[in-house]
Amino acid sequence: MSVVAAPPELVAAPEEPTGRSRFSLPAVAWWIICICIGALFALPLLLSLVSSLRPPAVSQGSPQLIPKQISFGNFHGLNKLGSGITDYLRNSIEVAVATVIGTVVLATLAGFGFAKFRFFGRRLAFLAVILMLMIPFQAIVTPLYVLLVKVHLSDSLVGLALVYITYQLPFSIFVMRNAFSAVPDALQESAHMDGCNTWRGFTKIMLPLAKPGAITVALFAFFTAWNEFFAALIFLSNQGKYTLPIMLTLIQGQQYGQVDWGLLQAGVMVTMLPCIIIFITLQRYYVQGMLSGSVK
Amino acid sequence: MKTRSGRRGAGYRHESTGLLFAAPALVMVLMFFIAPLCYMIWMAFQQYPLLGKHKFIGLQNFRDALKDHTYTHAVGLTIEYTVLVVPLLLIVGLGLASLVSSRRRGAAAFRTIFFLPVVVGLASASYLWYWLVDAQVGPLPYILRHLGFGNMTNPWLGGMPGALLVVTLMIVWKVSGLTMLLLMTGLQSIPVDIVEAARMDGAGRVRRLRSITLPLLRNTIALVLILTTAGSFLAFDQFYVMTKGGPSNQTLTIAYWIYHVSFVNYRLGYGAALSVMLALVLLLISALQLRILNDSRE
Repeated sequence: MSVVAAPPELVAAPEEPTGRSRFSLPAVAWWIICICIGALFALPLLLSLVSSLRPPAVSQGSPQLIPKQISFGNFHGLNKLGSGITDYLRNSIEVAVATVIGTVVLATLAGFGFAKFRFFGRRLAFLAVILMLMIPFQAIVTPLYVLLVKVHLSDSLVGLALVYITYQLPFSIFVMRNAFSAVPDALQESAHMDGCNTWRGFTKIMLPLAKPGAITVALFAFFTAWNEFFAALIFLSNQGKYTLPIMLTLIQGQQYGQVDWGLLQAGVMVTMLPCIIIFITLQRYYVQGMLSGSVK
Repeated sequence: MKTRSGRRGAGYRHESTGLLFAAPALVMVLMFFIAPLCYMIWMAFQQYPLLGKHKFIGLQNFRDALKDHTYTHAVGLTIEYTVLVVPLLLIVGLGLASLVSSRRRGAAAFRTIFFLPVVVGLASASYLWYWLVDAQVGPLPYILRHLGFGNMTNPWLGGMPGALLVVTLMIVWKVSGLTMLLLMTGLQSIPVDIVEAARMDGAGRVRRLRSITLPLLRNTIALVLILTTAGSFLAFDQFYVMTKGGPSNQTLTIAYWIYHVSFVNYRLGYGAALSVMLALVLLLISALQLRILNDSRE
């Protein structure tokens, strides 16, 4: 059942430049091609950033690569949208923080349980987790909504976070199980000899060693909670409870037939920039997790 | 509680302690996955309005699905979209992967740039492109207009096949960084000496690609194909944001129709029946995935 276990060498050194110049292009050609394609990938993001920083008055005009005048007017404009950008930002942060904490705690505990014990029902529990990887959220949203309404967790950020946590668990448990499996049993046994019980052994010996895995899990939980659209769109009906991606639907539907493009760009930037900044700073953990969970 | 001496010779452990560690996660899975899964199967055989009583109607929901032209059209469009997106993601991903697995300085930086769109949200990316291709203010029509491709006043998203092509283009921009990364690790796992030996034996670049690289990359390619197929089968955000399913329901996907049936029309039983069928297809795709991966381990 080690379907999702990545080959250890991938996890160990994903970022090392082990590439071989198998398709050896001349250096100049390589640089020109890469810069052109890189521009294609980066340009949409840059253009959006630039146009979000233009004065609201010129936002409906032709695009510019270099703005003549920089203004935060569009970002200020987000204050007047629905119940205000601060509310939406707070909702998104709350859901993301709750999802990250919940996922890391539950997946760490379960990952340890699965890695180091062969308890009764382990195979069945594992099967349930694998089934979750196969049947995605979109295919189960209708009954989930009905059940959430029954327990009064629909239209609630708590309910949304609980759903996000649950659907992050399969991937996260696999990552944490792999992290704990890599710790030799001898270490835990010697801790036991020294008088540590299972819980102390877990917190003092195992947890520090599983930290990189936990960071990966936290990162993925954050990105899911921050960016998720489908569930948030369905479960949240009160405008004041919207998360950032759902806030964007308000801009699109604000004035019929005429979108406030400056406002939309500002909203898109507020939603995207945290992801880009976090990815660039913690890239190593992200790529590692992507590869170890890629069989997902 | 009984103490079993584990196979690792650690005689001190209560194996059942593991269940305690796993229990909180398992409770969540039970509540928010297993329970709705079972409920969905039951709901699929009911007429189930949001308010009021539900009643058992047998296979009627499934029979309705076969006669539902919007649904069959949505299935068609989803397949069309999948057939369009999946090969593009593979080819572009392969191209990018071969560029960035170079050992040149700068390769890592380009890898990051190509990967950036993967980490932003799909919905926000869709809104970005919604602006990018707008006939009045969008930079893309603006650039094409100035390059002399006509006046570009027709809205790109306003008709078929324009809408489908724009969404496809956006997804290629958004997702090929991911297929690049997967294929890159595949490329790097090919032993150098095999390639060297082939070169010594006089195999040219094309021959090496056809006879060594592609066959050895088979499993990675299969993985990429399955991941992208499953992903495009569930397409929703991009169509909801960029086309709203229009014009006249021409860009409705399966997931979009399930959303519409369940949460706009509130025909929840019918929505559940459509979900059951979608889940079955996805199970089939996953079964295929597991088989291929198991083959690769031999």
